[in-house]
Amino acid sequence: MTIVKHELRQGRTSFCVWTGAIAVMMAFCVFLFPEMKGEMDSISDAFSSMGAFSSAFGMDQLNFGTLIGYYAIECGNVLGLGGAFFASLCAAGALAKEERDRTAEFLLTHPVSRARIITEKLVAVILQVIAMSAVVYGVSIGSIGLVGEDIPWKELNLLHLAYFLLQLELAGVCFGISAFMRKGSIGAGLGVAIMVYFLNLISNITESAEFLKYITPFSFTDGADIVTEGKLDVGLVLVGMGIGALGIAAAYWHYGRKDIQ
Amino acid sequence: MFAIETRKLSKYYGKARGIVDLDLTVAKGEFFGFIGPNGAGKSTTIRTLLGLIEPSGGEASVLGMDIGSERKKILSRIGYLPSEAVFHSGMRVKDVLKLSADLRGCHCDGEAKALCARLGLDIGRKVEELSFGNRKKVGIVCALQHRPELLILDEPTSGLDPLMQREFFEILQERNRDGTTIFLSSHILSEIQRNCRRAAIIREGRIIACDSVEALARSNAKRVTLSGEAELSGLSGVRDLKCDGDSFSFLYGGDMDDLIRCLGRGHVRELSIAEPDLDEIFMHYYEEDGQ
Repeated sequence: MTIVKHELRQGRTSFCVWTGAIAVMMAFCVFLFPEMKGEMDSISDAFSSMGAFSSAFGMDQLNFGTLIGYYAIECGNVLGLGGAFFASLCAAGALAKEERDRTAEFLLTHPVSRARIITEKLVAVILQVIAMSAVVYGVSIGSIGLVGEDIPWKELNLLHLAYFLLQLELAGVCFGISAFMRKGSIGAGLGVAIMVYFLNLISNITESAEFLKYITPFSFTDGADIVTEGKLDVGLVLVGMGIGALGIAAAYWHYGRKDIQ
Repeated sequence: MFAIETRKLSKYYGKARGIVDLDLTVAKGEFFGFIGPNGAGKSTTIRTLLGLIEPSGGEASVLGMDIGSERKKILSRIGYLPSEAVFHSGMRVKDVLKLSADLRGCHCDGEAKALCARLGLDIGRKVEELSFGNRKKVGIVCALQHRPELLILDEPTSGLDPLMQREFFEILQERNRDGTTIFLSSHILSEIQRNCRRAAIIREGRIIACDSVEALARSNAKRVTLSGEAELSGLSGVRDLKCDGDSFSFLYGGDMDDLIRCLGRGHVRELSIAEPDLDEIFMHYYEEDGQ
């Protein structure tokens, strides 16, 4: 557990900044809801009739006038992007930063197996993702309570669970990337997060690109589907978790035998 | 059993040479020197022994254990000082020492404190604020605090001031007397001459000489510089002769009496006979090797 503790201490600032930023943005979005609710009847019509733009963000299926409809779209985007960035950033740096900062020599000349280093770093990444999700979840529920709305527990829990799973998948993929790269892993991680976000928008817009939903984890976080169906698409989630697991397996496979610079 | 033993150990980076067919044995309890110019393969050898990089061929064992399969056990019994000690930024010296001790599962506060005191290291400072030399001291304490059986030191004195170097070598000598094997890699010959009993010279990835330090030093030539008149043609063992007017400079590897008699026959105004610098010693081995 020594390395887990060390990693958490090293990542403390980044964790606080990201978690704080996402939580504050979420609270802001929720606080804006009462003001927008009154104007929503007209806005909702406008939002749902913008063609491809509406379908890209699921606004054709959700009612902006209800808290959960508004939350799934507005807050969903904040938590979706913010959480994806944080998870990617955190995982993409995990292994690569040791070689980039030339601290790998220090760490790897102690009597610790590489498998243990990988495992402890992975645990640290997952713990940070869990902690970030928990804080944001708490702040979101608190702010909904503060604006005096009823808390739609089931949909809210499903949404947050979906985003948590998305972060896990991206963390797994980026952790794999981290094992292969010495420099530029952070950029690659953010690139992956942005790419899969846009792939989801594309797959929402055109039918012909629907296969993309199996590639991007944002497909199973789609607020419109979750709210209207009342459940997660287990198939997509399983594919996503499989992709994340592949990333982690690649990290173990490669980092175990890699020449360290 | 040897502290370090390599048989035909090789490492290539793609096509680039690291080390080639390295055969090296270091007995337990030895103070062993490993000399070579930059890029000769010193660090590659050490990094292979530590399991940071995988050898391309051959085999090696440290303290009787195979470097491939028993890496963790080996690392628990050795201390390593890298040529450039880099630590995680944001940490204080005491946190780094604690982290290193925790990773080894040892409680060595007492030893760490004693070493810090001897080296004059302030444990409250942040590592990124430290000078190169002070960072080196942190590395030294990390390498020594768990009292390892074998110490592998890669250019340990770079960045240390002369007083600190003396203190450091005193600590090493004490450890060596207590039975610690020391493997000292350096390109500073005087360091090796003063401290080591045996040494190996590495050049372009191959060991070109391995012997007691006295034997290696004996075969060293002297750099003779003189001005005046002298007839050097009859003298054997003269190499690298440079003339500039009536000034001569050459490497002399022959008998000293012969040199003095030869110079006595001429007329010498100024004379200096000095240790050749490191480059020249390497040149000497290179030529020997080439012949």
